[in-house]
Amino acid sequence: MEHEMKSIWYFVGLMLVAMGVVVFLSGIYYFFVPDRNSTVLGNLHPDIWWGAIIILAGALFFFTNKNRTRK
Amino acid sequence: MQTIHLGFSDWLIIAIYFGFVLGVGFYLKRYTKDENDYFLAGRRNSSWVAGLAFLSANLGALELLGMAGNTYQYGMYVAHFYWIGAIPAMLFLGIYMMPFYYSSRINSIPGYLKLRFDEKTRVLNGIAFSIMTLLVSGINLYAMALVLHTFLGWNWDVSMWVSAATVALYVTLSGLLSAIFTEIMQFFLIWFGLFLVAILGIIEIGGIDEIFKRVPDAYRALWSTSGNPSDNGMLISWSGIVLGLGFVLSFGYWTTDFLVVQRALSAKDLRSARMTPITASFFKMAVPFIVILTGLIALVLAKDPGSGFQLLQDGGQVNYDSTLPLLIARYYPTGLIGLGVTALLAGFMAGQAGNISAFNTVWTYDIYHAVINKKASRGHLLTMGRIATIAGILISVGTAYWAKSFPSIMDYMQAIFSWVNAPLFATMLLGMFVWWITPAGAFWGLLAGMSSSFTLFLAVKFNWISRTAITMSDVASDMSANFWRAWWAWLICFVVTVAVSLVTAKKPKEELVGLVKGLTEESRDVDAAWYKRPGFFAAVSLIVFVALNVYYW
Repeated sequence: MEHEMKSIWYFVGLMLVAMGVVVFLSGIYYFFVPDRNSTVLGNLHPDIWWGAIIILAGALFFFTNKNRTRK
Repeated sequence: MQTIHLGFSDWLIIAIYFGFVLGVGFYLKRYTKDENDYFLAGRRNSSWVAGLAFLSANLGALELLGMAGNTYQYGMYVAHFYWIGAIPAMLFLGIYMMPFYYSSRINSIPGYLKLRFDEKTRVLNGIAFSIMTLLVSGINLYAMALVLHTFLGWNWDVSMWVSAATVALYVTLSGLLSAIFTEIMQFFLIWFGLFLVAILGIIEIGGIDEIFKRVPDAYRALWSTSGNPSDNGMLISWSGIVLGLGFVLSFGYWTTDFLVVQRALSAKDLRSARMTPITASFFKMAVPFIVILTGLIALVLAKDPGSGFQLLQDGGQVNYDSTLPLLIARYYPTGLIGLGVTALLAGFMAGQAGNISAFNTVWTYDIYHAVINKKASRGHLLTMGRIATIAGILISVGTAYWAKSFPSIMDYMQAIFSWVNAPLFATMLLGMFVWWITPAGAFWGLLAGMSSSFTLFLAVKFNWISRTAITMSDVASDMSANFWRAWWAWLICFVVTVAVSLVTAKKPKEELVGLVKGLTEESRDVDAAWYKRPGFFAAVSLIVFVALNVYYW
């Protein structure tokens, strides 16, 4: 039997989670091992909180559309 | 300049993006069974999917970089491109034009011209649209390689060929379906990848009010300095903005350019198709919160010697397009840089995929099937669509190399929309709302409009006539000349179409049912509750549009 096509929102969620995790973990790493290329407002660690926001948004898309298919 | 350094996590994010778009292309291939799936994504999209794709097809990286730079140059006036230069036209498309497009079950805009007028008008527009789309696609590719080379130090040839091959692969596999999927991914990447620049800029400067306080008066107004062209940086009056940008260029692009209309035609039913541009209008109004804000932030920082921020200089000329990349480099640490670069890459690649998926449809239906092989089977058309995709990408790459050798062709490209779309809007408007417009009137009007726009462009470029002759003002910029030329092309097409129609044979009214207002039963969504009707959402969008214009007057 042929599988139903997954919803686009499922893929959006998956991609955002994957990218958010990389940004977040990168932020955590550079929190402990400061980056040589420091940036303006780097002290606010935007990579950590922005990465977390991307993960949350991605997870929302992923879990609400996990079982949804394109009609 | 010293190029932006990418770390391991940056490369990982770029790799994730490429993995996703290629994976989605392969995944969707099994659902692309016939030419309807390939060219119109099976007409099964919701208004949300079609609406975001409708917006994203226009929201390329070239536009983001260019508009952020234009804001640095002209200030708030650039918001006109997002508000009066888009919203009224998008709502008009959803409310008045979409019922004719969608209900006539056309596959393309030239397809509507065939039904409403005749084959020669369809082929004329099909050829003009194909040439325009491939040139724009090639220029997009050239601009992408230029940005990647300048800011990241990437090799020109590798950047162009890798991105072109990726787009060719996923569009060849699953056509419009994969183009729409990647456009939606691009939408989220742009917001998550670039909005943070504006947030950090606001934090650094001390709030939005502080940003507006520090920019010159002429840069923070939207309309109050438009009475006299010399009072604003764009050197344009309110009439040029309203007639050229707000009416002709905007309506010409948003209501007739198949690149965007194709997304609405992929909707699952008429209501979703009508809601497509209306849904997109809300997000379009929000784009200035990335583009305009970053341009103003760059302007404030550049005026503050203590900030250490300056745009790049190329041979003594300011490179305005460097606004956004330099702010990304200023604020984004490793990891986030990869996200910002991926957002720009996604914008370039999705823009190219959008152009190619519109080209392969128009080529296959409106040139190949209409002129070259009228008896082609559905399976053959699907194969032809895939061949057209690869051929289109190769022509785009050729155009990109041409642009690299002769950078001045960029000047021509910036004007191309006023050659093709501005007169087409007059043809569409008359064809859809006036039943006695004839096939001969449409053909000669369109030809006259396109030729006159092109001739006016050459006349100004080579100083045969003064630029101020077409702008009817003592001062004028390239931008204002573009707006006014579009207006004249529209007017010439309109007048010639009406004049020729008065003396040539009309089509019988019964052949025009479903194609012309007044001869077609109105679709009023009477079964839906008032708050679910497209008209209600369009009214809300219009209120927000008016409020934004008044607030930033």
